[in-house]
Amino acid sequence: MTASARPTFPHRHLLGIEGLSPFDIEALLDLSDEAVEVSRQIEKKKATLRGRTQINLFFEPSTRTQSSFEIAGKRLGADVMNMSVSSSSVKKGETLIDTAATLNAMRPDIIIVRHHSAGAVHLLARKVGCSIVNAGDGAHEHPTQALLDALTIRRRKGRIQGLVVAICGDILHSRVARSNIILLQALGARVRVIAPTTLLPAGIERFGVEAFTDMRKGLAGADIVMMLRLQRERMNGSFVPSTKEYFRYFGLDQEKLALAKPDALVMHPGPMNRGVEISSEVADGAQSLIQEQVEMGVAVRMAVLEALASHLRNE
Amino acid sequence: MSFFVLRNARLIDPASGRDDRGSAIVRNGGIADIAWGAPLPAPEGATVIDCAGLVLAPGLVDMRAFTGEPGAEHRETLKSASEAAAAGGVTTLVCMPDTNPAIDDPAIVDFVLRRARDTALVNVHPAAAITKGLAGREMTEFGLLREAGAVAFTDGVRSVTNAQVMRRALTYARDFGVLLMPHLEDPDLVGDGVMNEGEVASRLGLAGIPREAETVMLERDIRLVRLTGARYHAAVISCADSVAIVRRAKADGLPITCGASINNLALNENDIGDYRTFLKLSPPLRHEDDRQAVIEALADGTIDVIVSDHNPQDVETKRLPFAEAADGAVGLETLLPAALRLVHDGRLTLARLLQALSARPAEILGLAAGRLAPGAPADLVLLDPDEPYVLDKQDLRSRSKNSPFDEARLQGRVILTLAGGRIVYDRRREGMAA
Repeated sequence: MTASARPTFPHRHLLGIEGLSPFDIEALLDLSDEAVEVSRQIEKKKATLRGRTQINLFFEPSTRTQSSFEIAGKRLGADVMNMSVSSSSVKKGETLIDTAATLNAMRPDIIIVRHHSAGAVHLLARKVGCSIVNAGDGAHEHPTQALLDALTIRRRKGRIQGLVVAICGDILHSRVARSNIILLQALGARVRVIAPTTLLPAGIERFGVEAFTDMRKGLAGADIVMMLRLQRERMNGSFVPSTKEYFRYFGLDQEKLALAKPDALVMHPGPMNRGVEISSEVADGAQSLIQEQVEMGVAVRMAVLEALASHLRNE
Repeated sequence: MSFFVLRNARLIDPASGRDDRGSAIVRNGGIADIAWGAPLPAPEGATVIDCAGLVLAPGLVDMRAFTGEPGAEHRETLKSASEAAAAGGVTTLVCMPDTNPAIDDPAIVDFVLRRARDTALVNVHPAAAITKGLAGREMTEFGLLREAGAVAFTDGVRSVTNAQVMRRALTYARDFGVLLMPHLEDPDLVGDGVMNEGEVASRLGLAGIPREAETVMLERDIRLVRLTGARYHAAVISCADSVAIVRRAKADGLPITCGASINNLALNENDIGDYRTFLKLSPPLRHEDDRQAVIEALADGTIDVIVSDHNPQDVETKRLPFAEAADGAVGLETLLPAALRLVHDGRLTLARLLQALSARPAEILGLAAGRLAPGAPADLVLLDPDEPYVLDKQDLRSRSKNSPFDEARLQGRVILTLAGGRIVYDRRREGMAA
């Protein structure tokens, strides 16, 4: 299929996986496959976004997501500017709206936003005239992470339909988990979540997932084991008593991984806490896709930017 | 002085439950006579107001309205709140002590009453703080505050978390016969929560507020009421479990009453939609099952009163990411039309609704208002219960425009409001008579 024959992506922003049809998702993954090829060439540059301005607006520090979006934009020919706004600024909310208005006046074409508050990206999308990509908003969504996870799985397993995917860890605070649950179910996977109940969101059973508090049971027969990062401030008695206890019951080591299918693959959105949620042996082992996820991240972000390109303002 | 005949109306007296045709004669600030049945010949010198096709009832008594005076006059003054009230048919409002300085001292009660006397169109009664500075530690001067004019005691949006403080406050309140009217939200159980805990919050990625933040406090307070025998009014309850708790306490004969916010009666958590901060409230909007339980409890009298929970917030406190936005919604002007939804949906009779909006709160507060009877103050609302319209927040008289009903279809409109026999709102003249 040539690029011109491909139906246009019907959204002006990418604010979440929620609202995308399975068809939209598959189309983005197909586009990502092509972007992987481009990225593996010596000449990695395309002209899709030539002359366009992309701003990476990060209210929360993130080295890997920000650089992934930066490389993706540059490979498509965009001029990329990084802007990190310290969360210690006087008044966070004012900074968001004021910054949005200021940036908007500079006529960017795409703004990539990460913010610590759920819904902040939606608020911003209502205030600017350009396309917005959500690079993570609070505990709400992180759509490009879910897309890169799906791409990684699809390339290794050939499909997503029918796979058993176990997402394990801090589901409660995880935007990665929310976006993945929606996306993987849209493409026909059976999703399980594994966590102590203190780290499960209320009403999780209404998401159509199976919830497990016993990791051994949750891993049995899984095709994919997706580990989540547990933030340090949640480890010392507030949600779980200690890292030691957490690793004992919810950390992924070889012994627990053996309960999943023999060809099960291990994923982690990074950055990892080795020895807290995942052992180094597993993280660096043969079943780990963690480095591949990083490569797919660039490809997926190129695909998203390309898909939005047809909606960029032309006046 | 004023001398009116409001003729040919559908009169509803919520205190007696009577709903019939008739006329009202208003003279010198009070109701001089109520003539049930055929139209009266107009007495000489009276201004005749034809009320054909309209409902005439006592003006609403709102037990919970926040203003910004003193301290946050850019959000709302007593004057602007009273203009909003008049346009909404509210003729008496109880203003909350969450001001700056807080209403925790007789001098502040006096200040509010004098400002209201000089600037407000409707009757304003301050509620005073239960604890000094609303800090939850030391009791205020219940006796002196009541003498100064405080009609009830509450720490506004805060709860008295210390059970010992609450026990002593109830014990002491009983001696003076004053009414405690606390807000019920355990701040520890609320934690980082910003909306009702459940599927919707989980999908939005927002931290939840469990119903237990309310029910744990309510259960505790009811134990303490049982212990102390004090009068107690739960300011606002929002969920089915709280309804069950109050129902049981009332069945046990405890001196307990309670209110519900119009927001919890008319809206549910799904209305938050795409992170609409005007619907970020305390107590939060709950599940539809809770809303239904609250409506039922209102219909059967378990819930005594409906309040506007009017809480003006401006752009600086609302145009923020949801979790960072302030709680609260304006409600004085939309209280009646939003509540009329319950009548239009066949859940309540108009008489029962008006009882919860005027007669019952007046009775709980010990005010003479809320009755259509000779000798009662001429605080009246004339309304067309059926007129449909779409609310535009820019039309609101409140200084703040944070209405959860912006762009909502409403049915029922205030035509005329009288407070103390004075016309304070007249829609037929599209404005206020000052």
